[in-house]
Amino acid sequence: MSAVELSPDAVGKNAPKIVARGVNVFYGSAQALKEVDLDVGEHEVTALIGPSGCGKSTFLRCLNRMNDVIEGCRVEGRIELDEDDIYDRQLDVVQLRARVGMVFQKPNPFPKSVYDNIAYGPRIHGVGQSKSEMDEIVETSLTRAGLWNEVKDRLQSPGTGLSGGQQQRLCIARAIAVNPEVILMDEPCSALDPIATARIEELIDELRQNFTIVIVTHSMQQAARVSQRTAFFHLGNLVEVGDTEQIFTNPRDERTEGYITGRFG
Amino acid sequence: MNVLTILVVMVGLSVAGYYLGTRQAVGVAGGQRSRLHSLPSYHGLYLASWVLLPAVALLIVWLIVEPHVAEQALIANLPASVEQMDPNTLRLTIGDIEARALGGIVGREVAPEFQPAAEAYAATLSISRWLMAACLVAVMAIGGLLAFRSIGVEMRARNRFERIAEVIMIGAATIAILTTVGIILSLLFETARFFAEVPFFEFLFGLQWSPQTALRADQVGSSGSFGAIPLFAGTLLITLIALCVAVPIGLFAAIYMSEYATPRIRGTAKPILEILAGVPTVVYGFFAALTVAPFFRGLGQSIGLDVSSESALAAGSVMGIMIIPFVSSLSDDVMNAVPQSLRDGAFALGATKSETIRQVILPAALPGIVGAVLLATSRAIGETMIVVMAAGLAANLTANPLEAVTTVTVQIVTLLVGDQEFDSAKTLAAFALGLVLFVVTLCLNIFALHIVRKYREKYD
Ligand SMILES: Nc1ncnc2c1ncn2[C@@H]1O[C@H](COP(=O)(O)OP(=O)(O)OP(=O)(O)O)[C@@H](O)[C@H]1O
Ligand SMILES: [Mg+2]
Repeated sequence: MSAVELSPDAVGKNAPKIVARGVNVFYGSAQALKEVDLDVGEHEVTALIGPSGCGKSTFLRCLNRMNDVIEGCRVEGRIELDEDDIYDRQLDVVQLRARVGMVFQKPNPFPKSVYDNIAYGPRIHGVGQSKSEMDEIVETSLTRAGLWNEVKDRLQSPGTGLSGGQQQRLCIARAIAVNPEVILMDEPCSALDPIATARIEELIDELRQNFTIVIVTHSMQQAARVSQRTAFFHLGNLVEVGDTEQIFTNPRDERTEGYITGRFG
Repeated sequence: MNVLTILVVMVGLSVAGYYLGTRQAVGVAGGQRSRLHSLPSYHGLYLASWVLLPAVALLIVWLIVEPHVAEQALIANLPASVEQMDPNTLRLTIGDIEARALGGIVGREVAPEFQPAAEAYAATLSISRWLMAACLVAVMAIGGLLAFRSIGVEMRARNRFERIAEVIMIGAATIAILTTVGIILSLLFETARFFAEVPFFEFLFGLQWSPQTALRADQVGSSGSFGAIPLFAGTLLITLIALCVAVPIGLFAAIYMSEYATPRIRGTAKPILEILAGVPTVVYGFFAALTVAPFFRGLGQSIGLDVSSESALAAGSVMGIMIIPFVSSLSDDVMNAVPQSLRDGAFALGATKSETIRQVILPAALPGIVGAVLLATSRAIGETMIVVMAAGLAANLTANPLEAVTTVTVQIVTLLVGDQEFDSAKTLAAFALGLVLFVVTLCLNIFALHIVRKYREKYD
């Protein structure tokens, strides 16, 4: 555990699953995140909010090292998952990403069948050797993502042929299929209509039982509805983090208050 | 009157028309340009088009019809003695007279009895030229006048010129298409003449290719045999060898460029690879004949294989190098068109880079890659120079890449080079082969483009 002293509200009620300390991120010479300290509690939903370009996605991508893929991106500081440093040289990124899944802003199903979309992750990690095991994984993942009833008759048709909302739930199911411990979601509902959004919000609430969730959102209502804790970012700084209710009813920082009441951002 | 002079004058007049139209437009607007529907320059362009375009059309038609009319005049004035002349000699004589009248160099003097005919021909030509000049002036004057009169504040010269521009574009496109159609038709006609002499099935399915026909009927081996299967087989063999070289190398190069290389390396490597496509094929040809073929021969000898000095292997592998950029460049493009979000999706599930490429990117890009390979194939089938120089002329029916083979294109070349009579089965065979080649590559190209396009639609 880190020895850095923290303000009391940086730490939540639940035991922390992810601990980030002194995280700086640079794209080339431009700094996108400055000294971010944040704990993500186990089995809770943590919402990251803030104006566009403040570094929410950047922080999220630090948590499964998707920033490694980006040319010229450099991450400093310490991020621990269950007390293991995820930027340790010994650590296998592939293993890390199996433990920390991700759902993207735009649904991005592979141009394969619904079945193969779900089976892809388990296959590359060597889970589900037999056909029946794999069938089982596919069914449970789709069921947990609330999609089973809609697609059970078209498992072999292409995943790209589903509706936008269904595709996004397919992507969630695909992430669940690997059985991760943490799921990161970057504006998962921004391409969806209100009904599909409501379904996914419900789903997030259910998934909280089994997974730790970090979600980036631009919708204050969504953050208020689905999350237990909320972190407000501004210009690369983590301005304030606390229980969602407190952040929305009684923000300590005036920038937070300005943002959630819609005065800027 | 020289056609070039006429053309220069016409262009000059239309430029004058442009300025006249512009001035007139400014004039009718009383100097207030904003009253005009269209800018003055559009009125100028409109007037200039009316001066130039009808005249150009007339000029073209005239130049096509003129020689025929003049020849009729010539024939009408031929002496009665021509009745007894051999038609071929007559044709030659007429050709001589015409060439002389047009200022060409002719070997023989025109015989005195043909003098009237020659004079009639020359007279018709010169009258025709003066008449043409007069008609052109008239057409330009009428066109210009009508357009000039229509210039006014309300006149929509801008829209009308748009229509004229459209007509010009359509004309250009039509010329391109008509040329293609013309080429196909000439191929078809010559091929039909060939099949009048050689049965269709013998050509397509015959196993023996020796296209020598005798000049005199009493010579030995007077009838050639035109079974094209050895040529098709040779083409296929060489194309296959070329693909075996080009597909793996091109594909791996494409994967490297689109997935592993930094943008800077990609920006340098891709143009360098594409230079391969710009090397003249003759250069590849002597590279194949002088470097690669002896190399394979030496290699074969050292392991006790008999490699002929002109081998399908040498030609095919060099051809493979030539078509690498077709495979790599197009495949690289389609792989780049695979959205980044699919890569992110795979990475986020814990896939490694090579897993992502094999399981996500390649399947997604496969139709485009197949299209690229098909285009490269049709390029390989149509390639001539390398094979002429490195694969030999022997029409062997063999699947052994170490032997000399020959291809369709090479045979077309050898059938047509040198002095040939253009009505023997031997030369006509070239057209039949050309048609086969054309049909095959056309089908391949259509198929390939269809696949590529279908794939493009998916992500746009
Ligand atoms: N790949 C990249 N290369 C260079 N700079 C980047 C890159 N990605 C993000 N940035 C910069 O980093 C900063 C933070 O970007 P980030 O995407 O994290 O913002 P965000 O909070 O997610 O915004 P949004 O709400 O619009 O998604 C921005 O200034 C952005 O321009
Ligand atoms: Mg973002």
